[in-house]
Amino acid sequence: MAERIIKGHVGIGPKVTGEALVASDNFSARYDLNRVEGIFSRSTHKLVGQNYVGKVLVLNAAKGGVATAWMLREMAAREMVPIALLLNFANPIMAQGAAFGDVSLIDRFDVDITEAIRTGEKVTVDPESGTVTVYG
Amino acid sequence: MVRLNDEEQAMLAGEFGVPRKLSMEHIQKVGEFFDAEDLVEVSQVHLMADTESTGEAGLEYLEMLGTYSEGERRVRVPTVTDPLGCDFAKAERINHPEEFIAQERRLTAAFETLGILITQTCINYQTILPPVMGEHLAYGDTGSSIYANSVMGARTNFQGGPSALAAALTGRVPRYGFHLDERRRGTNLWELKCRPDSLSDWGAAGAIIGREQTSYWEVPVVLGVDGSPTSDELKQFGAALASFGSTPLFHMVGVTPEAPDLATVFDGTPPSATPITRADLDNVYKRYRPGDDKLDVVVFAAPQLSLIEMQNVGLLLRDRTVHADVTVLAATSPEIKSACDRMGITEMIEASGAVVLEGVCFYQMHAREIGEANGWRRLMSNSAKIVNILGGYGYEPVLGTTENCIDSAVAGRIV
Repeated sequence: MAERIIKGHVGIGPKVTGEALVASDNFSARYDLNRVEGIFSRSTHKLVGQNYVGKVLVLNAAKGGVATAWMLREMAAREMVPIALLLNFANPIMAQGAAFGDVSLIDRFDVDITEAIRTGEKVTVDPESGTVTVYG
Repeated sequence: MVRLNDEEQAMLAGEFGVPRKLSMEHIQKVGEFFDAEDLVEVSQVHLMADTESTGEAGLEYLEMLGTYSEGERRVRVPTVTDPLGCDFAKAERINHPEEFIAQERRLTAAFETLGILITQTCINYQTILPPVMGEHLAYGDTGSSIYANSVMGARTNFQGGPSALAAALTGRVPRYGFHLDERRRGTNLWELKCRPDSLSDWGAAGAIIGREQTSYWEVPVVLGVDGSPTSDELKQFGAALASFGSTPLFHMVGVTPEAPDLATVFDGTPPSATPITRADLDNVYKRYRPGDDKLDVVVFAAPQLSLIEMQNVGLLLRDRTVHADVTVLAATSPEIKSACDRMGITEMIEASGAVVLEGVCFYQMHAREIGEANGWRRLMSNSAKIVNILGGYGYEPVLGTTENCIDSAVAGRIV
């Protein structure tokens, strides 16, 4: 399959490549994750039980509280972090966490990002240009 | 590109020391992400800082800042803290794991080195320095942010720990989001068809509206509130709305200062209102109702309790005994705890076997590990916010009224 390029807003963090983990659900590091084991732990989350470590996490919107702003750096230090976050809508907390933790983040795509990428696809995330390349 | 004035450029260049330089770099990154044109001065900072959130990495960052000279490291605007992650006086009583206690002590020391006031409260708007209309802030707790924005008409985005810290060290935040007039307009409309008649009802209403907010940028407007709710009712409503919705601002027509009427708060014709009925509120409780009546722990927190809430819990527990199989925790700020001690409220609560926690808010004090250490799984609370959060922490949360929670704690089962 040919490469597909998806355009979003200019993001934060380094250019990275990895495997996508996708759901049409929302995201908060505190509310949704077991950050010790590296899995989604919230029983009502569509990714419950799935391991997110090293994945490009593709979800709808940042939700929940403020703790994610601190937590992404800690998760990165322990190598228990997704390598990138692609969201339809980030919030300030997600942006602050990405900036503090040097985790890649892009949002505000010209399509619904949770529909445009499938779990398991290889993607390159380039925050500087605000683009995502999907290799299919 | 975010426009900086001379002083801000000097901070970015490192002329005011490394802590302010790092802070300006962080502010620039976030500002560019949200297309901020420039920065805005803030007059107060509320810093979210518990070691569960900071982790070792955040703690090391704070300690690194503390190695610079006082002139370089001291905060530039009054800065207070959210609850910490440990009540040292009650750590043994609730089996708080030792490793976290040591971390909390390091965190407290790091804050003091930076000139931060260790207020340990998420109800600073009730107890420390209430913001005023139009005041620009950097508030770092969703509950304090939504209350300051909505009830007081102050202006803040959610400033998570690193950003609140950057604001404290520079006195600046990027000018985007809820600092701007155009972002504070209503975007969706709700009508309360019945008056919530308990704190948990107000939380349930916040949960219903919050769950439907599609992003941080939505601003719900609420109609149908006949007569002002109390500060504690709006606190519970806002905290739940912010928790379920990641929402920093609501307007309540005829109640909150930016919403004297519908025409003022919406651009153009308002959208049609979604009704919230008694049955809708009841459904929020049902959603968390378990299949059996087992109960391990009852928590009053999130947000911390006001003096009036503490008194109410005390009166409900007076001359009663909490069942041996159940633990009851009531969390408040150090200022309110001191007042409760003075007025006999702490004694009234603790004589029942319940535990008053000071300067913490339960969910951010390593609740997963404390739950495991105590064998707590089934948790009951009057806070929709805490019920929302703790589902991801290995608990089976149940929402009830304050009275229902206490009756259950005494009975030893959910009644």
